[in-house]
Amino acid sequence: MVMLIISLIGFSIKRNIGDPIRDLVGERVTPEERAVIADKLGLNDPFFKQYTRFVKNVLHGDFGTSLIYRKPCLEVILKHAPATIELVLGAALIIIFISLPLGVFAALKPKHLFSKCIMGFSTLGVSIPVFLTAIMFIYLFSVTLGWLPSYGRGETVDLFNNGYWNSGLLTIDGLKHLVLPCVSLASIMLPLYIRLIRSEMMEVLETEYIKYAWAKGLAPTRIWLVHAFKNTLLPVVTVFGLQIGIMFAFTILTETVFQWQGMGFMFLEAIQRADISLLIAYLVVVASVFVLVNTVVDIFYGFINPTVRISGTK
Amino acid sequence: MSHLLDIQDLEVKFALRTGDITAIDGVSFVLDRGEKLGLVGESGAGKSVTGFSIINLISKPGYISKGKICFEGNEISSYSDEQMRKIRGNRISMIFQDPMMTLNPVFTIGFQMIETLQAHQKISKSDAREIALEKLKKVHIPSPEQRLSQYPHELSGGMRQRIIIAISLLTDPAIIIADEPTTALDVTIQAEIMDLLQELCESDNMALILITHDLGVVSQVTEKIAVMYAGKIIEYGSTDQVVKHPVHPYTEGLIKSIPGTVIKPGEDLVQIPGMMPTLTNIPPGCAFNPRCYLKGAICTTQTPELKDVGNGVSAACHMK
Amino acid sequence: MKSSFQKFKESYFLYSFRQDKVAMASFTAIIIFILLALTAPWIAPMNPYDANNIDIMNAEIPPSWNEGGEKNFPIGTDNMGRDMLSTMLYGLRTSIMIGIGAVSLQALIGIFMGLSAGYFGGKTDAVLMRIADIQFSFPYLMLAILVGAIFKMVFGIGRYEQLAVPLLILIIGFAEWPMYARTIRASVMREKNKEYVEAAKVIGLSNRVIMVRHVLPNSLTSLMVISTIQIANAVMSEAALSFLGLGMPVTMPSLGSLIRSGFDYIFSGSWWITVFPGILLILFVLAINLLGDWLRDVLNPKLYKG
Repeated sequence: MVMLIISLIGFSIKRNIGDPIRDLVGERVTPEERAVIADKLGLNDPFFKQYTRFVKNVLHGDFGTSLIYRKPCLEVILKHAPATIELVLGAALIIIFISLPLGVFAALKPKHLFSKCIMGFSTLGVSIPVFLTAIMFIYLFSVTLGWLPSYGRGETVDLFNNGYWNSGLLTIDGLKHLVLPCVSLASIMLPLYIRLIRSEMMEVLETEYIKYAWAKGLAPTRIWLVHAFKNTLLPVVTVFGLQIGIMFAFTILTETVFQWQGMGFMFLEAIQRADISLLIAYLVVVASVFVLVNTVVDIFYGFINPTVRISGTK
Repeated sequence: MSHLLDIQDLEVKFALRTGDITAIDGVSFVLDRGEKLGLVGESGAGKSVTGFSIINLISKPGYISKGKICFEGNEISSYSDEQMRKIRGNRISMIFQDPMMTLNPVFTIGFQMIETLQAHQKISKSDAREIALEKLKKVHIPSPEQRLSQYPHELSGGMRQRIIIAISLLTDPAIIIADEPTTALDVTIQAEIMDLLQELCESDNMALILITHDLGVVSQVTEKIAVMYAGKIIEYGSTDQVVKHPVHPYTEGLIKSIPGTVIKPGEDLVQIPGMMPTLTNIPPGCAFNPRCYLKGAICTTQTPELKDVGNGVSAACHMK
Repeated sequence: MKSSFQKFKESYFLYSFRQDKVAMASFTAIIIFILLALTAPWIAPMNPYDANNIDIMNAEIPPSWNEGGEKNFPIGTDNMGRDMLSTMLYGLRTSIMIGIGAVSLQALIGIFMGLSAGYFGGKTDAVLMRIADIQFSFPYLMLAILVGAIFKMVFGIGRYEQLAVPLLILIIGFAEWPMYARTIRASVMREKNKEYVEAAKVIGLSNRVIMVRHVLPNSLTSLMVISTIQIANAVMSEAALSFLGLGMPVTMPSLGSLIRSGFDYIFSGSWWITVFPGILLILFVLAINLLGDWLRDVLNPKLYKG
């Protein structure tokens, strides 16, 4: 459903703004020649017919040819995707490993000085735009201290020897290049997660079943880390699924600052040079990533929430 | 010989921004092995808080400000958190009001039973499972094996309350505190659960503190009764005596408001006028005085103490 | 009868406001920022929009306390030779204007949609909320970037820059309305079944009157809470768009485009072009967020109860 609407929107944009003939043969064509080509391409067909053709092509993986790269759009995107995926993955790992312990701590000891620091920092963190964080990191760690590289992906390794997946994960240099962009990207979501986990956990700690767990004489660590934690995780997982999509959007900003050759960078390039086909292809691909991620999250959610599992099998 | 449980002059306060509020004011009672005590009163009278303060689990910002709680001769009110933890769910078990909310929805029944045993004993999973099965049978749960691998939401309310009772039996406790164990259940199931509790206490010689607003239930199950009003015990004695010959006007009113006890069929039920005061504005003198038909001048100035009125009953009323 | 002002003076709202130093500080800060923005044309040392004042020879002068700084330019000049202080004041003005404009638009669309959805229920509700859901599942920033890009292509760069303020308001406004629609709908659903609405129906008030005069006021608290947060978001979105070159042009900079123009010079040592507008932006957004947090704590009955 979502996919259909996005493809429809994408197609309308393409039809109304893009000029496929210019894409195809350049500017120097007479109006008569243009008309002939338009007819041949079916551009004078009714909207719906063109749309069906577009969807059919898309389903076959054919998004047309990119104006900038002079290659099929899908190929261009697939070549840029690994860089973005590595970035998002790295950021997601950072978020998970930092927000969980901090959020849980802030919920368990809300009056502790450290918790107040955590909350203060997270309010501050929400208020700093990601590109500023990124610039600050570059200035501090690259320009001033010279510890980490400030742009590009560094040395990459062709993962499957087919020219698509150039990974930065396998070389020290590649990993070094990954640090700043990942941390910057993570910094957007981190404060949100810490707050979410904290407030969910605090709510769970007030429930009857946690009180009952105390009355059963369970050890505090078990109550917090087993009983309360699993119930906290449920809503957090759902939100995480939604936010991964938003992280993809923010890669546009991060990749711009760090000159990171990923999909976001490519998207901006496509916008600046009016590469409509590539733009549409990007939209459709990103939308399918959302749908995919949400499905995976739903499945995972069903896995940890028994209530859903039952109603799902009925 | 000392009592199993001996509570002396217990006072519980709640620390609020605007100052402390006294929720429990000088409550004392004793409980012996195998004895069943009913703690009766309207909601807000402090019965639940009393129950929770025994295992030191009053919800924040409440705290015990005065008094002593002795269990098996030890003063447990001065225990550390870790010492207290070893008593909770082990020697003193608790049954909560709403079985729908009490079990953790994301863990199986078996998991929640076995972890309770393992929290208090060094025991293998399979041994713990055996005990869990045995206790499930004891509370008359059909196909207990199957229950162990089920999640709480797959079971009915009455079934869940049986499971909670089974959990409280796991470690063969000396006392079970049941906080309104049947209020959230259907009427037919209420009777079954009460019968079950009574039967178990008698067969295992366990003491029971039954917290309820239902005098009818108390009179059928317990031997002793303590009536609470606005944070104080106002009448205390054997259930038989108190129900048949109530001394305090409040107890009297409570009993007359139940059909089929003192009031015979055809007679009008009695209603106590007014409402129980909230903890923030308890009237001076006897807290019950604005609603009392016996009220005298002294009632608005002096707080009555609990005193012996004969037949093993004590009551806090100036007029008796 | 007490006057409403007296009532306000005795309210819990004001009481907790005066108890909370952070809330007071952030509120004061916001007032100061808004005053600065409003009075920018009078208090700024120079008008950065006026080409006559700009001398390219003055470009990249560091702050006055640094070596090479000049007294005329207390915190230095940008890459075009404009006084940073004046440019920042004008930038703040632009950012706030766009932020408030965009949020008003969001609120307008969102309230209308939310009220209709919640009140009429049934098919209207299903359709409207489906639209909101779909848009919600799509990251608003990406949407804003996309719409910005399309506008830029449609209007051409020159026209786009002239129309930047209303266009940005439009883009950000349309990108985030579902937030309002959902909040309003939820509270309408809650209020709808209450007795006073029934009573209003019985005395024969029209649907429109019931919604606007009775249901809407009861949703105001939640609206206030999300409005503060949404203004912060809108200011951030504008900054992000400008940073990507899809927002305000460098000739009429907002805080975002100032940061952007400074980013190109940060490696050559001219840190002040990026850092000062950055700090201003952070402070402004931080103040709004802190106030929003406090509002949520005070007005949210769910938290208040605990």
